[in-house]
Amino acid sequence: MDSTTVKASETSTTSAPQGFDMVMYRIKKHFTRVDPYLTIIGIFLWLFAYWVLCEGLKIWRFDKLPGPVAISKDWFSTTPFQGISIFTQEYYDHIVVSCRRILIAFGLATSLGVPLGLFMGWSRSIRDFVFPIIELLRPIPILAWVPLSILLLPGFEGPVIFLATLASFFVTTLNAMLGVDSIDEEYFRAAGCLGSSRWDVFVNVVVPGALPFIFTGLQISIGVAWFSLVAAEMVSGDLGLGYLIVDAYMNNVTVPMVIAMITLGFIGYFSSACVRAVGNKLMEWHVKELNQQGR
Amino acid sequence: MVKNTAKAAKKGAISIKNVTKVYDPGGVNVMAVDNCSMEIAGGEVCMIVGPSGCGKTTLLNAIAGFHSITEGSIEVDGELLCGPTKPKAEQGADRMVVFQHGALFPWKTLQENVAYGPTVQKAMSSGEAMDKAGQMLAEAGLGSFIKKFPGEVSSGMARRAEIVRALINNPKVLLLDEPYRAMDALTKQIMHESLLETYDRTGVTIFFITHDLEEAIFLGDKVHIVTTRPCQLKKTVEVNIPRPRSYETQSSEEFRKLLDEVNEAVHEEAVKAFKAGERELA
Repeated sequence: MDSTTVKASETSTTSAPQGFDMVMYRIKKHFTRVDPYLTIIGIFLWLFAYWVLCEGLKIWRFDKLPGPVAISKDWFSTTPFQGISIFTQEYYDHIVVSCRRILIAFGLATSLGVPLGLFMGWSRSIRDFVFPIIELLRPIPILAWVPLSILLLPGFEGPVIFLATLASFFVTTLNAMLGVDSIDEEYFRAAGCLGSSRWDVFVNVVVPGALPFIFTGLQISIGVAWFSLVAAEMVSGDLGLGYLIVDAYMNNVTVPMVIAMITLGFIGYFSSACVRAVGNKLMEWHVKELNQQGR
Repeated sequence: MVKNTAKAAKKGAISIKNVTKVYDPGGVNVMAVDNCSMEIAGGEVCMIVGPSGCGKTTLLNAIAGFHSITEGSIEVDGELLCGPTKPKAEQGADRMVVFQHGALFPWKTLQENVAYGPTVQKAMSSGEAMDKAGQMLAEAGLGSFIKKFPGEVSSGMARRAEIVRALINNPKVLLLDEPYRAMDALTKQIMHESLLETYDRTGVTIFFITHDLEEAIFLGDKVHIVTTRPCQLKKTVEVNIPRPRSYETQSSEEFRKLLDEVNEAVHEEAVKAFKAGERELA
């Protein structure tokens, strides 16, 4: 037996790794590429630059900001100097309140915006009826709605949720509508040929065909929801991460301010990832199609 | 489910009588089809050949019910599809279209795609339809791909599945608009053999638009050559090569002769079309 036949028989007997081995294989494979190292180096470079500006060299104006060392000291301390750390109940109260508001606002905006957008894309008359008004209201900056929402809705909760819902609703609706527009005419023709009723077309062509656009829209819309939520909490709020930032600033404690900002970053990242994961789960066909194209 | 056999093969005669179609984009009337008449017998493979943009697809769209016609009438088995009182035909599962770019729903697996027609027509329960779809796909040699999405299989497989999706509805007429246009020669060969095999089995009437003259003669009973815009019937070439045809047919003397005949007629029109295009752009 020469060497080539030995090799061939070896490869044919090795089967694909299973379970835990597969996970280990994937991790190993991941770290043979250059991109994870670039990511790690990138993070350290940014942190280092931040440290140099604020703590290392104490550049003019930057010396007023808490640096990475000061922040992590307080953030992970059981007795934080400036009042907020992962061991204080208050920190979690703010997070929970903000997250709850986002869940309500994003849920409302999605459950109203997606159907409305789909119907607008599907039916000419619904679009003619609704689209001009939406297009007129959409460009109004969300902060311009603040006084009106405070006048309109009682308490702290109402206005804040209203503003976040509104911002995210416009994005979701528009993307759902454009999603229907993006569907190739031939799918409608094929569905017609195959004997579909108008409702069959809606369920089997309009909804799945618009899904990629809808989920692109939802990822933007959850970001917009966070943005307007924090803005609203800063103006009118009693709790929440946005309120924490303003409150810390007013009381001249800068560390909780930055902690709240970083926390917002992490939660925002996590919420987008969740939306993406749900989207990929619902659009298996789309994921596989992209994989096939090597993307 | 009864299989379409010789008895059913008589169905699906299309009669196109004096059809005229005028588009009017931006106020300028463009005549796509002018007084075009054609008789297609039931169970015939009818190939339509003509220069690009000459109105072949307009004709197909009129039969399928995607577009209205301006004058004339179209009948299937003596039943009026569209005519003076009813400019646009209704879409129906008796006339199935296979599209140029492929229109399998990318969000449904091959099996779900094929099962879709009978399910929405309520001809079968969804379980029955899925079983039947799996069986028919397996007959078409796609048995191991029924759970795949169209984006995961090759274009040839997708096109075969699309034809199965059409056939599961027992259509009288199969309307194909350059279905093999973007395929390489080898895949095309396999597609032709698969289509001929399907035709021999079902005897469905086939209305097939193409630019490929060899394809036209190899597959067709008749090749209708149409003129450049506005579309009129220029010449009909009968192909009397016996079925079943195999790939060797294409090298026979008879085949070559027919090819020359068709080529001559088409070339004349192609030159006209080209000159007309030059005039339009000048």
